[in-house]
Amino acid sequence: MPSTPPSIAPAAAPPWWRDRRVVPWLVQAAVGLVVLVAVAFLLGNLVRNLTAAGLLLTWRWLGQPAGFDLAETILPFDAGMPYWRGLLAGLANTLRAVLCGLVGATALGTLAGMAAFSSNGLLRGLARVYVEVVRNIPLLLQLVFWYFVVFLTLPNGAAAFQLPGVVLAKSGLYVAGLAEGLRWQLPSLVNGVWQSPIRLSVEFAALLTGLIIYSGAFIAEVVRGGISAVPKGQWEAASSLGLSWFTTLRQVVLPQALRVIVPGLNTQYISLAKNSSLAVAVGYSDLYSVAETTLNQTGRAVEVYLILLGAYLGLDLLISALMNALNRLVQIKER
Amino acid sequence: MRHLARLLPLTLLLGSVLVGCAPEGGSGVQSAKLSAVQARGKLICGVDGKLPGFSFVGPDGTYSGLDVDVCKAVAAAVLGDPNKVEYRDLNSSERFAALASGEIDLLSRNTTMTLSRDAAGGNGLSFGPTTFFDGQGVMTTKASGITTLKALAGKPICVESGTTTELNLADRMRELNVAYTPLKFQTGDQTYAAYLGGRCVAVTSDRSQLAAKRTSFPKPDDHVLLPDVMSKEPLTPATVNSDPLWSDVVRWSVNTLFQAEELGITQANVAAKVAEAKANPKLADLRRFLGVEGDFGKQLGLPADFVPKVVGAVGNYGEIFDRSVGPKSPLKLDRGVNRQWKEGGLIYSPPFR
Repeated sequence: MPSTPPSIAPAAAPPWWRDRRVVPWLVQAAVGLVVLVAVAFLLGNLVRNLTAAGLLLTWRWLGQPAGFDLAETILPFDAGMPYWRGLLAGLANTLRAVLCGLVGATALGTLAGMAAFSSNGLLRGLARVYVEVVRNIPLLLQLVFWYFVVFLTLPNGAAAFQLPGVVLAKSGLYVAGLAEGLRWQLPSLVNGVWQSPIRLSVEFAALLTGLIIYSGAFIAEVVRGGISAVPKGQWEAASSLGLSWFTTLRQVVLPQALRVIVPGLNTQYISLAKNSSLAVAVGYSDLYSVAETTLNQTGRAVEVYLILLGAYLGLDLLISALMNALNRLVQIKER
Repeated sequence: MRHLARLLPLTLLLGSVLVGCAPEGGSGVQSAKLSAVQARGKLICGVDGKLPGFSFVGPDGTYSGLDVDVCKAVAAAVLGDPNKVEYRDLNSSERFAALASGEIDLLSRNTTMTLSRDAAGGNGLSFGPTTFFDGQGVMTTKASGITTLKALAGKPICVESGTTTELNLADRMRELNVAYTPLKFQTGDQTYAAYLGGRCVAVTSDRSQLAAKRTSFPKPDDHVLLPDVMSKEPLTPATVNSDPLWSDVVRWSVNTLFQAEELGITQANVAAKVAEAKANPKLADLRRFLGVEGDFGKQLGLPADFVPKVVGAVGNYGEIFDRSVGPKSPLKLDRGVNRQWKEGGLIYSPPFR
């Protein structure tokens, strides 16, 4: 007689604390609660301590006159304008440095990255040395070097380097351009000070040089990596069609390499934007420099840092969004 | 549910611990800062560290200068030993945050007392007695041929950011209707490096600081101070607003230096003066000042003999001035308004009474 299987008791519902539909929710809720309580405690503590120190957040000081001047601004600014105008002028200066830096670093980085594949050994070696030297020295050190060692040792006044229409002096780079009344004006020495329609201060020049050369080295590596990722067969195929080295690079390799390069570029662009805050070391009035002065004059440390955090976060998110859009554009379209 | 019930007391206990985390107010008789410094056994003092005459690190790694001696005086009063000080070098932008966060106990860093720095709605500092009455000046090279502020029109001027100097420069130049280019640097080192590098035609700061920095220039005689005094710069040690009892300790430690000079008590003769006061009950003023009688020390939360300890450690104000910035120093600054009030100066201690 076949043995009857042991009868299974009618499935009793498991207790709720062992119910697979309930337990994960409970765990999630418990973790969520702990996080909420911790955040609430920290925020409460912050507000309590700030209140005790008389530092509770206020934004009215933004409307008060700043009382300090800035050396060079794109947006007009003077000491009688409110703090928010000063911070805005600083932001504009930061954007100016970042935009110029992005363009310059991309150009330099692309050239150096492409040079790594040149058939000219000297060019390959130079690109290698440039990347290895520059990316292994801290940026702050490089900025201070460019400013104090290179630009501040330029001759001044009448002894400045002069080319037709261009003057490079200790105080800056002066370029001929259209002055008021659409007159073409050359750089001229007035009362020991150079004057010209287009003027680049040495502070800005030092910052820009530092940023471009530093970020350029990293971008060169990104570009080199992207080009390496393109199979060798592509080069050989192009070569057998009789395309020159440059045409091969431009028409065959780079379009494919861009897919690898763009995400890496995004990271480098974001770093460049953040690194621009080192401008304070070379006396350029960027957002960080203005914010620091503001902090000292007003004593509103928490608010000023919140503004700084927000501004740099916003700037980097913007760069990131643009680069992601570009990334979608160059990706392989699979249909 | 029984488990939960058993956990309840624990929960309450935990809750009360968290409530206990609320910051303590300075309402007690005992100063939180004074207790902290005594328990730590050393005073943490914020200084510049790179300014000859005020605070400067010598070749042997020791700090000296007028600002440093204020730190030492407070350490001598509180801990009985002028060497129990830990110095923190701060730039002009860091100094207030370092004080507000409690990283330093005392800021003795050629800091100008102003309304907004004092006010609770501003930086919220508490200032002691002014230890050096200064004014803002402008230094330029002899070769530039500049002798007035107006001649600086259109010229770049180097200035340290986050200073009163920066604002005074803007104010004065606006008054004079002179356009100029302010080049701002985060530290004094960068500011003077840019000036010496020829980027700026002039550099502006407190006159004492300019004179001090000039001594460390390669060719000090090539640089001149313009006669203009652009502002009042009372350089004053500061503490946080929230601990008035600690501010009192600093205030009276500094006043001790002033009062000792007024009474002719020096580092050399302080021991003899104490002996004299002990021997002669009629010298009531001297006895009270030196802690032979009365309880001034106790009232401040300090040892009774804090005055002789301070004077024994650093000398009186006149001695400090002479050796730091005066005739016995490379700066050779005149006492000027920093003379005792009896000689027509501004150095004046309220009575020890």
